[in-house]
Amino acid sequence: MKHPFLALGLAAATAMVAPETRADDKPVLTVLAYDSFTSEWGPGPAIETAFEAVCGCDLRIIGAGDGAALLARVQLEGPRSEASVVLGLDTNLTAAAAQSGLFAPHGITDLPHDLPVEFDDPLFRPFDWGWFAFVHDRNRLPEAPGSFEELAASDLKVVIQDPRSSTPGLGLLMWVKAAYGDRAPEIWQALADNILSVTPGWSESYAMFLEGEADMVLSYTTSPAYHLIAEGDDSKSAAAFAEGHYLQIELAGKLAAAPEPELADRFLRFMASDEFQKILPTTNWMYPAHMPDEGLPDGFDWMIRPETSLLLPADDAAALRADALAEWQAALSR
Amino acid sequence: MAGRAVTLIAAALAAAILLLLAAPLLALGLRLGAFSLGPADLAAIRFTVTQAALSALVSVLLAVPVARALARRRFRGRETLVTLLGAPFLLPTIVAVLGLIAVFGRAGWFSQILALAGLPPVPLYGLQGVVLAHVFFNLPLAVRLLLQGWQAIPAERFRLAASLGFGARDLFRHIEWPMLRAVLPGAALVIFTICLSSFAVALTMGGGPSATTVELAIYQALRFEFDLPAAARLALVQFLLCAAAFALAGRIARPEGFGAGLGRTGAPPAPGGIVRVLDAVVILLAAGFLLLPLAAVLLRGLPGLASLPPQVWQAALRSIVVALCSTALTMAVALPLALAAARPGRVWPGLAATLPLASSSLVLGTGLFLIALPLVRPADLALPVTMLVNALLALPFAFRILAADARRLDEDHARLARSLDMPGLARLRYLILPRLARPAGFAAGIAAAFSMGDLGVIALFATERELTLPLMVQQLMGSFRTQTAASAALLLVVLSFGLFWIFDRWGRHHAAA
Amino acid sequence: MLRLEGLDLRQGTFGLRAEWDLQAGARLAVIGPSGGGKSTLLSALAGFLAPEAGRILWHGQDITALAPGKRPVTMLFQDQNLFPHLTIAQNVGLGLNPSLRLTAADHARTEGALERTGLAGLGGRRPAQLSGGQQGRAALARAILRDRPLLLLDEPFAALGPALKSEMLTLLEEITVRAGTTVLMVTHDPRDARRFAPLTSLVADGLAHPPQPTATLLDDPRPALAAYLGKG
Repeated sequence: MKHPFLALGLAAATAMVAPETRADDKPVLTVLAYDSFTSEWGPGPAIETAFEAVCGCDLRIIGAGDGAALLARVQLEGPRSEASVVLGLDTNLTAAAAQSGLFAPHGITDLPHDLPVEFDDPLFRPFDWGWFAFVHDRNRLPEAPGSFEELAASDLKVVIQDPRSSTPGLGLLMWVKAAYGDRAPEIWQALADNILSVTPGWSESYAMFLEGEADMVLSYTTSPAYHLIAEGDDSKSAAAFAEGHYLQIELAGKLAAAPEPELADRFLRFMASDEFQKILPTTNWMYPAHMPDEGLPDGFDWMIRPETSLLLPADDAAALRADALAEWQAALSR
Repeated sequence: MAGRAVTLIAAALAAAILLLLAAPLLALGLRLGAFSLGPADLAAIRFTVTQAALSALVSVLLAVPVARALARRRFRGRETLVTLLGAPFLLPTIVAVLGLIAVFGRAGWFSQILALAGLPPVPLYGLQGVVLAHVFFNLPLAVRLLLQGWQAIPAERFRLAASLGFGARDLFRHIEWPMLRAVLPGAALVIFTICLSSFAVALTMGGGPSATTVELAIYQALRFEFDLPAAARLALVQFLLCAAAFALAGRIARPEGFGAGLGRTGAPPAPGGIVRVLDAVVILLAAGFLLLPLAAVLLRGLPGLASLPPQVWQAALRSIVVALCSTALTMAVALPLALAAARPGRVWPGLAATLPLASSSLVLGTGLFLIALPLVRPADLALPVTMLVNALLALPFAFRILAADARRLDEDHARLARSLDMPGLARLRYLILPRLARPAGFAAGIAAAFSMGDLGVIALFATERELTLPLMVQQLMGSFRTQTAASAALLLVVLSFGLFWIFDRWGRHHAAA
Repeated sequence: MLRLEGLDLRQGTFGLRAEWDLQAGARLAVIGPSGGGKSTLLSALAGFLAPEAGRILWHGQDITALAPGKRPVTMLFQDQNLFPHLTIAQNVGLGLNPSLRLTAADHARTEGALERTGLAGLGGRRPAQLSGGQQGRAALARAILRDRPLLLLDEPFAALGPALKSEMLTLLEEITVRAGTTVLMVTHDPRDARRFAPLTSLVADGLAHPPQPTATLLDDPRPALAAYLGKG
């Protein structure tokens, strides 16, 4: 190309002709989700196919960053949102979501879910769940610590996520708080020299761990299932902590100003179906909130199953957050 | 070359830029009356300024010996090396961080060598890690800006110096120092400003919450507290810091006033002996520091490159289009601003071109989102807004690269052009474009690569499937696809670098001797 | 006729006044001590310096406010008379059309001007490939094509050796006499003034003196000039 600047002009012209594909006549249900849910490798595409087969509609799952970004996006859009359903908040965020007044009750009472704890929320329905855990590589670290205190006493290095920018990071904050209450600052101080780095999101942490930079990474008990099932690699393992493991319950809710309220209701009910639920374990790598008839895929039985599940009620989580964050910052800033 | 028309166009562009930067702050509900910052904010500001200033200082100081060695030595592969050295600047942050970790991390190559000698690994995480990563990103930019400065010294001056029997010290004092005095503050300013809005790199390499930057505080305010005015306040703080740095750089900088040469290019005198060895060492060290992490990126990504899924290629194509459009926009704005800035004592074009770099892309994106919301579906705007924001963020580099040569052009040739009554378009074609082809090619290359790599604001506007390549890399990493992500990241690097190479080469090819 | 009417020029703290006429077709040497204001005067005539007060008239028309390129003026500077990246032919062609849209006839005229200045066949070269004398000739060739009635020379040949300079002055004389050009030439060398310019203006002590016959002025110098000439 003699003139790259000429190419610029051409490219500009091409870009303006953005393809717009709109299925004719069919109503459009827009679902707002976090990015990795919508991705080609997440549950999004399969769920779209499955729901469109029964709804006679055009389902669009739109990504809006991570879980926290999702709520901010809903709040930014307010009643103007073209979305009818928001999918991917967790219990640490639902209090703020409820307070925004933007969500409508789902009114579903006849579809009990399979969660390790009691859970009932008038606005939000769970679709999957998992336990937070520290994941390690058994080749590099054959014996993992069995509690936060053991971890703190070791000279192992871990990477975690920042509770100010990531939902697992916030989950860890709540985990320590739920397990230790007022002793949380002490635990954080003891952990300070074990924390190699704090990353903005999960993917940076996990990549650093896979790179061999850290001995352990904050993730989920089910993360090793990916390596086992998708890669045939059985070296990754989650460390079982004696304090118990904090739960992340992923939720979806209907927006009060939903352009398609009926379709939204149908989608929330569809979430409990086998067609929806069986997609989740090997795409989202979490436990389904309603166990499908066929059960879990092979490999999940290898995952640790903590005996104690920890979960702070949504209102408590919201009330504790600011103080817990300040404790965390103070302890790790030394 | 700042004729009245150019000045008017530049003024209109500057006004548009300021509006584009200010409108999001207002949309977020910025109120100057209730302006207060808490202790956490102040700590974030302190850390942000410290790390940005250190990063800028170290980058430009290291760049001096590297640029000088490259300017005065001729060796096989020199051109290739100069081009390759630009690559780290073009890397997506997470990819670069992983590359750095592969070399300098606890299990990295460097640490393994140290371990052979019985030494512990270097402590990477902390302020030193933040500075290391920022220097890795920005040293190439500083080297290129300085190299440009060296190349712009007319050969006549070196000849004069030689005839006067100047030693290395005299040469530095009378020729090189005035050039550095003119170029260094601007280069440091740009790097300082880039590092002002650092977020992921600062946090990850900083190793903990004490490495909280203003941008992270903005993220927190926007995403977790949904306190929009607080985010706007912090974004304003970033602008003010940038403006203060701009004023400081302006006070320090002195135009070198070398006068014109006959356009002969000549290398600075290249002393032999120990200096020659030192130059070789400097070049080798810089190449090692900058290219080894790149090699790590290459090694990780290469295996899966051939089997990338088609979605990745589609995203790549989309990203190229976005990058090319952004580049066109950047150049169309940077050129008039650079020409208008050539008039001595006129600072507003420079400020207007530098401020965007200090903008928080989160605040920019959120503000634009709020402004657009009542008018259009945000998803329809995903790509245009990305183009616009990328163009805006690339503007400071393009301006900085063009400004020095534009000023020289004005000093040397404006009088003759005026006395001959050359009309604006003729000046553009026969004077400005030929004289500025080299910096314009370089600037366009940087802008294109920058737009390829930048995540910017697209996440907020994201649509169903219209992903750009950086977003695709992010998604792959978020779905455990580490290998595919590494390959997609490599593709991103190769494409960014390819665009950069094409433009830069075009510029050098068309540069009027 | 060139008329300087109550002209008052300021550059920082430096000031220069001028009040005189010059007949069309005249050749005037401008001499005086360094820093005396010779270049300032020419800059003002060429339009690069706006006067504080007074007017510049050419054949009765006020040209004080005209842009440099719109004046009936060609100026040769001390240096930078050629664009280094354009060929000699392009540099010269700018005299015909500043947009460089040249017809076949224009190219022929350019070639003609190059021939007249002894640069035949060198049109394809860049300025850096030419000697100092050849660069001066190229600038003259462009002046020929521009064909403006006023030619201002700010010592463009100062760097040339005596033989070359003499050659250039001959060429300049031949060109300007034929075209009837009015020439103002700054020079340091009284011999150049005697040779080339029947009239001379002394610029010193904040004043551009009215033109006087060169011979009279130089033979019987006033104190300021005498000091400059070194004839104490």
